[in-house]
Amino acid sequence: MDSVRIIEIKESVFADNDREADRVRARLKEEKTFLLNLMSSPGSGKTTTLLRTIERLKDDLRIGVMEADIDSSVDAETIARTGVKSIQLHTGGMCHLDAGMTEQGLRELGTADVDLAVLENVGNLVCPAEFDTGAVKNAMILSVPEGHDKPLKYPLIFTVCDALIINKIDVLPYFDFDMDKVREYALRRNPRLEIFPISAKTGEGVGAWTSWLKKQVRDWTEE
Amino acid sequence: MHELGIVFHMIKTVGRIAEENALTSVSSVTLELGEVSGVIPHELTSCWDWAAAQTEILKGAELKIETIPAVTLCESCDHTYPTVPQGRICPRCGSGETVLVRGNEINLKEIEAC
Repeated sequence: MDSVRIIEIKESVFADNDREADRVRARLKEEKTFLLNLMSSPGSGKTTTLLRTIERLKDDLRIGVMEADIDSSVDAETIARTGVKSIQLHTGGMCHLDAGMTEQGLRELGTADVDLAVLENVGNLVCPAEFDTGAVKNAMILSVPEGHDKPLKYPLIFTVCDALIINKIDVLPYFDFDMDKVREYALRRNPRLEIFPISAKTGEGVGAWTSWLKKQVRDWTEE
Repeated sequence: MHELGIVFHMIKTVGRIAEENALTSVSSVTLELGEVSGVIPHELTSCWDWAAAQTEILKGAELKIETIPAVTLCESCDHTYPTVPQGRICPRCGSGETVLVRGNEINLKEIEAC
């Protein structure tokens, strides 16, 4: 009988995923495709924000969208009506996407003719933050009705994001949402976070967000 | 569901290591789990028992969990204190300028195999 051995591993459970994510990024760099990973809780307005973003950028950039959900294809159909390439990814019950699933999605989407690929992650503030998808930048949406204390309750997602979109500012008068506090809490977790208060409904503030995003795409694809 | 995703990654990594070392059967996997990693040990174990049984090499493998206590450092007064009972505010000076030193690890430590 074989003797039992102890093999030391001593690495994070996420180490293999992190290496895979780095490979995804390297391939995207070669193809001159920028990948944005967009995260938020359900109902924060990811799809509507994406529609506004597409409207403003589709004349300058070739856009492709991957909609990830546990089930259904309603979001992909909504995005497809804007005329940009979109596919629906089903996670089969999983609460997040990892680098392997993202890579499969990118292959299905086809990125050779895409400057800006957007991954709309599963609506969830916990698990998506733990798995590097291979995206060049991470952004999250926090909507006014969710409250200004979310950076305290879900610190990791605020730490891994490059941009924070605060959506639904048109309803600010009706909620006890403190814009100064949310900035303070979020920047305490992540001092380099870019913050964009917007209303995807009225379009207010959307321009600052899309200018930032466009610059990130240019920096990645042209440098 | 969160725990299931983590278990799938553990199985993938252990599978790769088993292949590299020409192992045929893994009897246990030891995981170091930080107290504030957000992973619930009994959920993880139940996902593990189900998912490991689906594989050839990990069938019946035991998941051993070693807890790493969470520790926070206060950047204002250099005091370190246990995170779970005290939270983010330093119990000595009341500052909120604190950082987690350890306690969010989800590390594969070792496997026992032949």
